[in-house]
Amino acid sequence: MKLDYHALGDTGIQLVFGTEITEETNQKIRMFADYLNDHPIDGVVEWVPAYTTLTIYYLPRKLSFVSLRKKLEEVNEKQQGREAASASLVYIIPTYYGDDAGSDLPFVAEHNGLTKEEVIATHSEKDYLIYMMGFVPGFPYLGGMPEEIATPRRENPRAEIAPGSVGIAGAQTGVYPLESPGGWQIIGRTPVKLYDPDSDYPILLESGHYLRFVSVSKEEYEKIEDAVKCGEYVVETEEKKVGLRHEVG
Amino acid sequence: MSNDLFKVKKPGLLTTIQDHGRVGYQQYGIVVAGAMDSFSMNISNFLVGNKGDEAVLEVTVMGPKLEVLGDAIIAICGGNLSPTVNGKNVPMWKSFEVNAGDRLEFGQPVEGARSYISVAGGFDIPIVMGSKSTYLKAGIGGFEGRALERGDVLKSARNAKGKRGRALHYDEVPTYEKEITIRVVMGPHLHAFTDEAVETFLSSTYEVTPKSDRMGYRVTGPTLEHETSADIISEAIPLGGIQVPANGEPIILMSDRQTTGGYTRIATVISNDISSLAQAMPGCKIRFQEVSVEEAQEIYERNDRFIRTLEKVSG
Repeated sequence: MKLDYHALGDTGIQLVFGTEITEETNQKIRMFADYLNDHPIDGVVEWVPAYTTLTIYYLPRKLSFVSLRKKLEEVNEKQQGREAASASLVYIIPTYYGDDAGSDLPFVAEHNGLTKEEVIATHSEKDYLIYMMGFVPGFPYLGGMPEEIATPRRENPRAEIAPGSVGIAGAQTGVYPLESPGGWQIIGRTPVKLYDPDSDYPILLESGHYLRFVSVSKEEYEKIEDAVKCGEYVVETEEKKVGLRHEVG
Repeated sequence: MSNDLFKVKKPGLLTTIQDHGRVGYQQYGIVVAGAMDSFSMNISNFLVGNKGDEAVLEVTVMGPKLEVLGDAIIAICGGNLSPTVNGKNVPMWKSFEVNAGDRLEFGQPVEGARSYISVAGGFDIPIVMGSKSTYLKAGIGGFEGRALERGDVLKSARNAKGKRGRALHYDEVPTYEKEITIRVVMGPHLHAFTDEAVETFLSSTYEVTPKSDRMGYRVTGPTLEHETSADIISEAIPLGGIQVPANGEPIILMSDRQTTGGYTRIATVISNDISSLAQAMPGCKIRFQEVSVEEAQEIYERNDRFIRTLEKVSG
């Protein structure tokens, strides 16, 4: 597969992998980024995977645009026909749905003609692909929420949404990593910290992997919250084998 | 061992700790932040014998009033915001000594928008994700994650000798005009704009509006029409990216930009010209000039060589 390469000024290059949001495109981007991680190119500073693009920032002192593009074309050659190098992870995110942790749950249920329990079951049974990270530190752009629970944003956005809040906006779902204003319909909350500035690894999630919400009781929520506070909670992960369909031609 | 350096009597409009920014975390949504005018940051550090990217105080338009708590060698570079010590003008682009009891104050902005205060040895600020920079919106880094406030006490990191009277040659001191030319590499979403829009962008004069800050500069001028939609599938956005939302008015993305965005971008400002943009006040007139990526990288090389040379002689 040929990629498009665009110069972003003198210190950035954008690789375009496709024009539509698909899991397959995302998988290719992740494999490319993994390759760069395992085979560092001197002068490359960092990269940002997104839905259809991978953007690479570099030091022109060490690499010209032309020489970097050539190196990246070679990397792309090596990707052809390659199976996913590593299994994706599924991050298990314990979530306490409804009540004061998710005060918009009744609205989401009513809007979609479901019971609250049905909304929870629909929302928590899926593995959501983390297509990219952005917006605010540690925020995952998740794909694949079932249409049955899609709900428009609140007409009156809240001035303050607690960190860990799990919400729905249109056909998207996500988690607020830090306290911020927002218009998402809040259906639950996780005690897990997606963003912890005091940790050596301040950001929990990584794009290209998956996230699954698991419904927990208020008691379990509080137990986990205490463990998180003491630094004793480790987020559960599962391996998930994602095959890359072979390209034709 | 750290030493009390400044006590904030008046914080000024927006005074923050900044360095080269938080590099390497954009894929997790962590904003880079960092000094808007990295040239002035580098020079102010070299003048006091620091490494170029040591943290400095970035002072915006209306500067602070600081009480000096301990003797130190400092330098002030960038926009001329009328710095004084005990009421007397002090030179810019030149290191000098301040002593306990001095009052370092800023007055009216004369030229440029941002000044950078360096101190020999650097400021004592914890490093968060590889940087001392303040990212205001998420409260990350810098002095308690925020702009300086009255009563704050800043410390210097270590006793460093520093050299007073070290100055940048006046030929190399930038001037900040009210009309500037900013060089850009076109793209990546040129196909989303009409041919007229591209022509208009490169031939018109735009004006910096008051709605310009560390996140981005909103400029006003002839609007740019889209051939297709103004929206794209979200992707990484670079420093200097010029995004054009549906209203057709360009926004130039600066240090505190989000890591990703969903608007079409017509061009990217070359890294060398970000510093002059950082000094543009509302009302400043901008013309955009197209350069190739090869030309942009030649300009980068020249600037980089200059900075490396200064680093060597100052070290």
